Amino acid sequence: MDRENSIAVVTRGLKKRFGGNGATVEALRGVDFQARLGELTFIVGPSGCGKTTLLSVVTGLLDPTEGEVDLFGQGIHRLPANQQIDFRRQNLGFVFQQYNLLPALTAAENAAVPLIAGGVKWSEAVDRAKALLDHLGLNGRRDALPAKLSGGEQQRVAIARALVHEPRLVVCDEPTAALDHATGEKVMELLAAKAVHPDRAVIVVTHDSRVFHYADVIAEMDDGRIVKTEDKRLKEVLA
Amino acid sequence: MHLIALKMLTGDRAKYLGLIFAIAFCTFLLENQTSIFAGILRRTGSQILDVTESDIWVMDAKTEYFDQTKALKDTDVNRVRGVEGVQWAVRLFKGNAVARTMDGKFAASLCFGLDDATLTGVPRKMLVGSWERLREPDAIVVDKAGYLLLFPDEPLQVDRTLELNDHKAVIVGISDASAPFLSVPIIHTRYSQAINFVGRERTQLSYVLAKSAPGVNLDEVTHRIQAQTGLLARTTDEFRWDCIWYYLKNTGIPVNFGITITIALIVGTVVAGQTFYLFTLENLKQFGALKAIGVTNWRLTRMVLLQAITAGAIGFSIGTGMAALFFELTLHKIATRGLVLWWQSVVLTAGCILLVIIIASLLSIRRVVVLEPAEVFRG
Repeated sequence: MDRENSIAVVTRGLKKRFGGNGATVEALRGVDFQARLGELTFIVGPSGCGKTTLLSVVTGLLDPTEGEVDLFGQGIHRLPANQQIDFRRQNLGFVFQQYNLLPALTAAENAAVPLIAGGVKWSEAVDRAKALLDHLGLNGRRDALPAKLSGGEQQRVAIARALVHEPRLVVCDEPTAALDHATGEKVMELLAAKAVHPDRAVIVVTHDSRVFHYADVIAEMDDGRIVKTEDKRLKEVLA
Repeated sequence: MHLIALKMLTGDRAKYLGLIFAIAFCTFLLENQTSIFAGILRRTGSQILDVTESDIWVMDAKTEYFDQTKALKDTDVNRVRGVEGVQWAVRLFKGNAVARTMDGKFAASLCFGLDDATLTGVPRKMLVGSWERLREPDAIVVDKAGYLLLFPDEPLQVDRTLELNDHKAVIVGISDASAPFLSVPIIHTRYSQAINFVGRERTQLSYVLAKSAPGVNLDEVTHRIQAQTGLLARTTDEFRWDCIWYYLKNTGIPVNFGITITIALIVGTVVAGQTFYLFTLENLKQFGALKAIGVTNWRLTRMVLLQAITAGAIGFSIGTGMAALFFELTLHKIATRGLVLWWQSVVLTAGCILLVIIIASLLSIRRVVVLEPAEVFRG
């Protein structure tokens, strides 16, 4: 697949304003952004520059004030609410900064949640999640509760939860922010090795410059705009 | 998702047990207090219900409740007998006498004088002895609680002698009469004997017990008795309720129990409701993550409802079990005999618990529904 035909996410003139009555905050000021299948796209920038807002709007969790978002050719914000939720459940995987695992569920059960939410039977979903956890190097910890797991292990469970239903887009919000450098490196290595797939796009929001070298594309944001895009793949092709 | 909801509910054992305990405690208090309240009120008319042969009580027109009697004329029984629709009518005397044992132990007692010929109103369930022996001279039947009050820790035994207002009385039977409102011995004897025990006055007749003729409307008969005699005629059920209403209106019992029940309801509601609400609030982040992943509000609402109903059902069952155990343990004790767990109380409590659960669920569901899934990205 050529790069032009592999575009998974496109935003055009994306604007997002919060508040009103004179206290308006403009979080996004006309963002044009792309992410491709088979690539790891980083959105980087200082705190408060609009990275997380962009991620929320791209995934349909927030509606834009202006502009459009296309996910795999589908205008997600034009879908009715229920279809939007279905679309998100089937096509998106999430990795959160604070993992957001359910404390009462084991690692395997946590990883199985998207499958269960999609109607897969409990036992089948947990079996599939266990297989994925084994693949991610957590074979001895799949029956452990989150409280018994280290930060790195919890984030790996969160990655398993994001991948278990084989989504076409995985979004990661500061996946290394709560981890020490060595663990963060391992998590990013795992993400790059296991999440990136020819039929899947991966977007990572981070301000951790130590992991930038894993990116295929880096979109740098400042003050609600993308101010610079570094396309390493393109450089390789041109070189 | 139902299993996830239940695992979320039971995952934090301390909070889960706290929630269950709060609901169980609230249930126990409500069922316990409302049942005791109903049981005590029932006692105000227990001697009325113990008379099973007749279905009409005739008394002075101003009588308000069982313990308030104004003697009728002896001829009134014949006037009642003369009313159309009355199959038969007999006398009943009710008075007080001091019962004293040979050892000197004494107690004020409630003394019933039954029609000499028919012994209408005699307690049919005898634990020891025979009510037929009431026809013997000086014979009395005393209830078990009264017997044990006069002869503590002694076996139930007939042919023992008592003094009733300085008159000799021989116990020929020990009955299982219903507990009265006040814990006093209940003594049954013949009408003529009772008058001797209590002391003869110008008029003696407390009540006329009447039986309506078969196929005759009971209300019509009572209306006819009232119209023709100028006395008050009430059916057994009406008279029992007259007593209950009198005590409700004129004593502090409802206020006392009402306060306890209200406090149980408020404390139980606040503790159980707030515990569940806080439980949901603490899980908001997890609900947010589920929303982001693609779980609909409707499914999350069902999850919260399932958690609430499960906690409510378990807490209510444990509380009802505790209340049932309490009444089972106290049912056979003298002071608390006859007090049982009323099914109406269980239903009422179930309604209260359901209301608490619904309110707590609605508040919790509201928080979950208005939650922005994008919140999960905010650290």
